[in-house]
Amino acid sequence: MSELALFVGQLFNGASVASIFLLAALGLALSFGLMRVINMAHGEMLMMGGYVAYLTLKFTPPAYGILIAIPIAFVVSGIAGAILEVLLVHRLASRPLDTLLATWGVSLCLQQGARSIFGPIGDEVTAPKWLGGAFQVTHGALNGLSLPYARMFIIGFTVVVVAALGLLLVRTRIGLYVRAVTQDRDTAEAMGINIRKIDLLIFSLGTGLAGVAGVVLAMLEPVTPSVGQAYIVPAFLVVILGGLGSLIGTTIASVMVGLISALTQIVWTVSLSKVFLLLFVVAFIQLRPRGVISVRSRALEET
Amino acid sequence: MQLRAERTFYLIGFVLLAVAPWLVSPYNLSLLGRFLAYAIVALGLVLVWGEAGILSLGQGLFFGLGGYVLAMYLKLVNLAPGDLPDFMQWSGISHLPAWWAIFRNPVIATLGVAAVPAAVAAAFAWLVFHRRVGTVYFALITQAMVLAFVTLLSSEQGYTGGFNGLTDFHTLYGLSLDSQSVQNGLYWATVAALAASFIGLKWLTGSHFGKLLRALSDSENRVRFLGYDSMPYKTIAFVIGAALAGIGGAFFTLQAGVISPAGIGVVSSIEMVVWVAVGGRRSLAGAIVGTLVVNFAQEMVSNAFPNVWPFAIGLMFILVVTLLPSGLGGLFRPEALAALRARLRRLSGAAGLIPMADDPGRDMRGVK
Repeated sequence: MSELALFVGQLFNGASVASIFLLAALGLALSFGLMRVINMAHGEMLMMGGYVAYLTLKFTPPAYGILIAIPIAFVVSGIAGAILEVLLVHRLASRPLDTLLATWGVSLCLQQGARSIFGPIGDEVTAPKWLGGAFQVTHGALNGLSLPYARMFIIGFTVVVVAALGLLLVRTRIGLYVRAVTQDRDTAEAMGINIRKIDLLIFSLGTGLAGVAGVVLAMLEPVTPSVGQAYIVPAFLVVILGGLGSLIGTTIASVMVGLISALTQIVWTVSLSKVFLLLFVVAFIQLRPRGVISVRSRALEET
Repeated sequence: MQLRAERTFYLIGFVLLAVAPWLVSPYNLSLLGRFLAYAIVALGLVLVWGEAGILSLGQGLFFGLGGYVLAMYLKLVNLAPGDLPDFMQWSGISHLPAWWAIFRNPVIATLGVAAVPAAVAAAFAWLVFHRRVGTVYFALITQAMVLAFVTLLSSEQGYTGGFNGLTDFHTLYGLSLDSQSVQNGLYWATVAALAASFIGLKWLTGSHFGKLLRALSDSENRVRFLGYDSMPYKTIAFVIGAALAGIGGAFFTLQAGVISPAGIGVVSSIEMVVWVAVGGRRSLAGAIVGTLVVNFAQEMVSNAFPNVWPFAIGLMFILVVTLLPSGLGGLFRPEALAALRARLRRLSGAAGLIPMADDPGRDMRGVK
């Protein structure tokens, strides 16, 4: 395999990993922009989506089971998120650091719950046949390059989801409300927007998306009780790099994180590439402490 | 008068800890010694999190640095010059790297236990704080930091011992670690270090510096408008916390006889925060008690029912953070009890969508 093919292959892998980071980070970034809280149990919403995929594929025809699992996972994780928001996150909203800690407690319970039900060993979800193969390049400069269809599907699917979310935020009345509350909570409330409903809606939309990310992830690797943990820390870094509640910022940040991890792994080990990613984030906030896209505001205290 | 009662109470506590070798079995003593080493870490967290309001989810990094620095000395001390520690030979390393060799010197190693974590913490905190990064971001970055550290430790088997970490120590400063009297001595040294940290932090939190840290956690901008540069204060508090974590890590390593990535990762680092949350984030004595209570509970529950412990600690965390943010230490403070009663009333009144408008914590709606 040529150097170029290896490079392009890693770019492609990076893009597919970035897609999962993006799906996982969107919910975190949106609710962080809205409520200034970080949900540490977000990774477990992803894990739930993975198990939904596993269970759904047991009872549905393998050819399109994954397509059925996606909406189910969205609903299941979304409802779980709504319960979490009402019972815990909302009550602690004025104490962001405590929210972080309490949701971590939830995350531990959910992980152990999954371990008790499904066991600690990973459960395989086989991708349908039409996603099984890979696109092979057999001649030319890219000889030896192989692009798995499953990863292509993930990238395409993420593009569709992000586009839909963008339309929701920019073109609909609900999106208008969400942007208004993100910009200025008090004024939005004074204008008659029900900020409780908006908070709840965005939080569960975000966890629902994490559930979808879990289904997609299940096509790449086995679902384990701690699968969320592996993706949640990079997702946090995406939120930090992306800036408060910005869809475009989060997208750019996911691509950066995905590509950095994939490309540094050509020359270094996985662990060195993790260290590099962290150093990159610390260096990046020297230049742009508010992330790629920072919302301009006259407010004194920003998070 | 009340201050004297408090002091008597602390004195009794430390005297009880000091006479423990005659009261408890060697097995329980070794557990207690390890947990007291943890308590030193917890004291640092009271300063960093309780006082300065900086949540660190990465104390395991500093704990680990202190532990590994001492462990490197312990691995090298009995080797002839030119020889390599056992695990390096297995991994086919031919030369001792320079960053290992300097810790052959007992003085450097002993100072390094606190100095290495402090230096790492200083560089990191300065880089992050001088750009005024918010506390939530800071917490997330510390977590990424400890994750990177643990991955690095596990993968660089030849230099760090990998998953197994560093173990199989025999002598410290020429004393045999296998003898019970040396183990007792280590225990007393741990108690002494804990007492010294306790007294030092009592003084520090009562000083002008401590008052400024509390002011910073309440409203950093107001402190800045009064003419203080907040950055050095936060950095110093974080560095002290890191140094204490390193010292705790070193005492832990000596008494456990091993330091490995397993005890310092993301989950372990958050567990350190749990000890302090349960004990009381603003109470030094509470943090020590919380550390002992949580760890002995873990020892009992996870031995008998390993599957129950994660539920227990998760629920404990949720309940303490939501209902009793000032922890067990708060049970001795009337205003914290009143807040608990109010929370319980609200919970029982309507398990629905009533906003906690009268929450004593900072209200983000006013901040925006």
